[in-house]
Amino acid sequence: MTSREQILSDVRKALGRTAGQAPAAQPKARIVIPTIAVEERVRLFQERLEVLGGKVHRAATYADAARVVGGLIEGTAVASNAAVLRYAGVTAMAGVSSGYGDEPSLRAACASAPFGITGADYGLAETGSIVTVGANEARLVSLLPPVHIALLSKSRMLTGLDEFYTLHPRPALASASTVFITGPSRSADIEMILVRGVHGPRVIHVIVVDEELI
Amino acid sequence: MSLIQIQQDEKIRSTVADSKIQRAVYSATARLKEKRSEVVSADALPEYQELRTQANLIKKHTLENLDFYLEEFEKNLTANGGKLIWARDGKEVADFILGLAKERGVKMLVKSKSMTTEEIHLNDHLEAHGIDPVETDLGEYIIQLAHDRPYHIVAPAVHMTRLDVADVLEKNLKVEREEEPEKQAMIARRTLREKFLAAGIGISGGNFLVADSGAVTIIENEGNARLTTSAPRIHIAVVGIEKMIPRAQDLAVFLKLLGRSGTGQLLTVYTSFLSGPRRAGDADGPDEFYVVLMDNGRTRLLADSEKRQSLYCIRCGACLNACPVYRKIGGHNYPGAYSGPIGAIITPQYHGIKENPWLPFASSLCGACAEVCPVKIDIPKILLELRKEVVESRAADSDSFAERKAFQMYAWMMRKPKLYALAGKIGSKLAGLPGLTSFGPAAKWARTREVPRPAAKSFRDEWRDRKKGGR
Amino acid sequence: MAARVSLFVTCIVDQVFPKVGLSMADVLERIGYEVDFREAQTCCGQPAFNSGYHEEARTVAKQFVSVFRDAEFVVVPSGSCTSMITHHFHDIFAKDPDMHEEVEYLAPRVFEFSRFLLEVAKVDDVGARFNGAVTYHDSCHSLRELKIKDGPRRLLRNVKGLELREMSVAEECCGFGGTFSIKFPEVSGGMARTKIDSIHETGAGTVVSIDSSCLMQLQGALTRAGSKVKTMHLAEVLACR
Repeated sequence: MTSREQILSDVRKALGRTAGQAPAAQPKARIVIPTIAVEERVRLFQERLEVLGGKVHRAATYADAARVVGGLIEGTAVASNAAVLRYAGVTAMAGVSSGYGDEPSLRAACASAPFGITGADYGLAETGSIVTVGANEARLVSLLPPVHIALLSKSRMLTGLDEFYTLHPRPALASASTVFITGPSRSADIEMILVRGVHGPRVIHVIVVDEELI
Repeated sequence: MSLIQIQQDEKIRSTVADSKIQRAVYSATARLKEKRSEVVSADALPEYQELRTQANLIKKHTLENLDFYLEEFEKNLTANGGKLIWARDGKEVADFILGLAKERGVKMLVKSKSMTTEEIHLNDHLEAHGIDPVETDLGEYIIQLAHDRPYHIVAPAVHMTRLDVADVLEKNLKVEREEEPEKQAMIARRTLREKFLAAGIGISGGNFLVADSGAVTIIENEGNARLTTSAPRIHIAVVGIEKMIPRAQDLAVFLKLLGRSGTGQLLTVYTSFLSGPRRAGDADGPDEFYVVLMDNGRTRLLADSEKRQSLYCIRCGACLNACPVYRKIGGHNYPGAYSGPIGAIITPQYHGIKENPWLPFASSLCGACAEVCPVKIDIPKILLELRKEVVESRAADSDSFAERKAFQMYAWMMRKPKLYALAGKIGSKLAGLPGLTSFGPAAKWARTREVPRPAAKSFRDEWRDRKKGGR
Repeated sequence: MAARVSLFVTCIVDQVFPKVGLSMADVLERIGYEVDFREAQTCCGQPAFNSGYHEEARTVAKQFVSVFRDAEFVVVPSGSCTSMITHHFHDIFAKDPDMHEEVEYLAPRVFEFSRFLLEVAKVDDVGARFNGAVTYHDSCHSLRELKIKDGPRRLLRNVKGLELREMSVAEECCGFGGTFSIKFPEVSGGMARTKIDSIHETGAGTVVSIDSSCLMQLQGALTRAGSKVKTMHLAEVLACR
């Protein structure tokens, strides 16, 4: 008997079930989406993220957002392949590299750049999180550089987890990797003392942009 | 008492007497407890009880139909391009990883925090075959360097002070001594960054297996799990079969409970939902993605419909922080990887009750664990059930002979009220004798407290007098 | 005619703290109940049940049921023993339909003392007087199994001259836990020390609870620590005039 057969058979024996037997009715999923006006969502998002040490900026247009980015970065930065960064003009800024096609060069760039710039597919107001679902968001850009800057469209600011899982009941359909990022990397493993930037970024900036993309 | 129990007793006594450890553990758990209660309070989260009930229902349903969900998970993971490995025990997990490492020529691998791999001593297996596993969670890394064991499910190095950490880093990494946690963490960041980028395999655990997506969900705060699962070309997630949930949508319930219960966070810093290797067009991510589904004693637990709930655990650690016994005896006096109330119920069930018969008895049954459990596991009820099993399984042991006789005698006498009253009278007279507290149970009690003296006159005698007096 | 209550005087109260039983009777009589004590009563069986000896626990529980089956109300000076009867008797007789039925019939008439006062007698001021500051210890089974939290505090606040001071860890276990206190004396004693540190912080001269077993544990630890703090059962405080 293979391990697979053995485990499945043990499980069935323990439960008194037979192979191919349909499961009992699933409990209904619990999804409750609160009603929160957009501006209030942004306010809540800012409050929650800043408690964690993140920083929220506002910009009317993507061009304004690029100016905010310009004021934040010094030296080099790596930008992800998110379309919105190109549209905003971030990828064309001095010191910003992007469009890495092969992994070794992306990896080398992320390992040395002090800034990583990404888009964000959604914001979650209740927790101060940003969400990346898309294939264009390299994981290492939001992970290796000590400072992470993300551009988030105000129209993509959701109330929270329940709304996200309503839009994406199966996130695996869209991407191999969906990540919620809630504040800068942290640890309290030594004497419960908070340390930021243990492995991931020490600083996270989220620029919430009013302009709606068509 | 057996020799093992005497040694165990001695270990517990020395932990209780160690004021440094007592201070460290008490203050850390107090902090975690307080943070948890703030974020689950009725003001902060009015739906908290509803979420617990729903989480409990989902876990119950999933385990009752586990074979179905295991196969569904396999189907969806495979469709995503991932590979499923079934492992009956720790050896099969290790054999798979060793085989793959050998095939791919991997000598060093990085690991993110995983209690499951602690449970099966994976690192020992790997090291014995010339593979170097590097723990990357800050606490786990310190523990690994110190050749120690995790002390707490979510705070592995909670028993160490920053000075202990300074010693460990200085000695093992040959770096300049640093006593500030901030600087110590940066030493770890620098050292481990090289490992992440050089490792051929990343091994993670998994907080949830999502059947409808073929995905593994991992939560963490440092970013080491994201690095472990993103930087190396191969990602292997080692997960117990009980971590299954039916739908991604169920995460809306579990994620709200897990971060809050564990560390008082609304969400941990990173929540990764990983459903396979990198896809065409992905800028990065692993080329190969394996999920090792491990049994290791879990199917044995499934058979008992009452005790099955032990498998609902989402490893938040809230029961450890709430447990006054854990807070005194600490994490290292529990056998196996899991400490605290949850360890006291799952360790004997995974490995058999005969190994650690004392474990279910190391509880005052105060119920603080069940009160904070986000998935509503009735831990005291299971402890009581396990106590019964210990008594039954040890019925012929000489160890338990005296205790068994005492309880038989007790039951016999409690059905004979007159005899009970008489025995009480004699007992009360005898209790006055000098030296009586130097034997048996009274002597054990007297180690830490004054022994209560029976009243000169029992209630029943007092009552009789009172009635005679016309009241 | 006054309603009649039957006392269940737990084994610890009977043998070690008879005054608790007498005080409980005093209070119940004071508010107009006729009180009886059935001599054939012994124990609830909890010591055996909690130690894994279910057969022995059933034997003792049967004695309890046979003594009290026709009682109008049974009042108990212990949350822990009450919970054994009202919660765990169901479990131990799960496979004995006759006994299970008896328990279903009897359990709703069994009350922990403070709950009886508040919910059956509907009295929250028994006309007691006690001069001094006290702190209240939540016993685990009262708190977590019977959900008794505010009731005893309400009764204490209505005692003239009494000042109730909350300790920081009122809900934390005292460390007794039945045979646990003997199987793991250092752990049990350590838990009691945590508790008495918190009692001392309040500056109260007396610690009050509704479980004599907790008080026995705390008294043992307080005396060992050379403390002047006294332990009193709620019934004893309410009996003071």
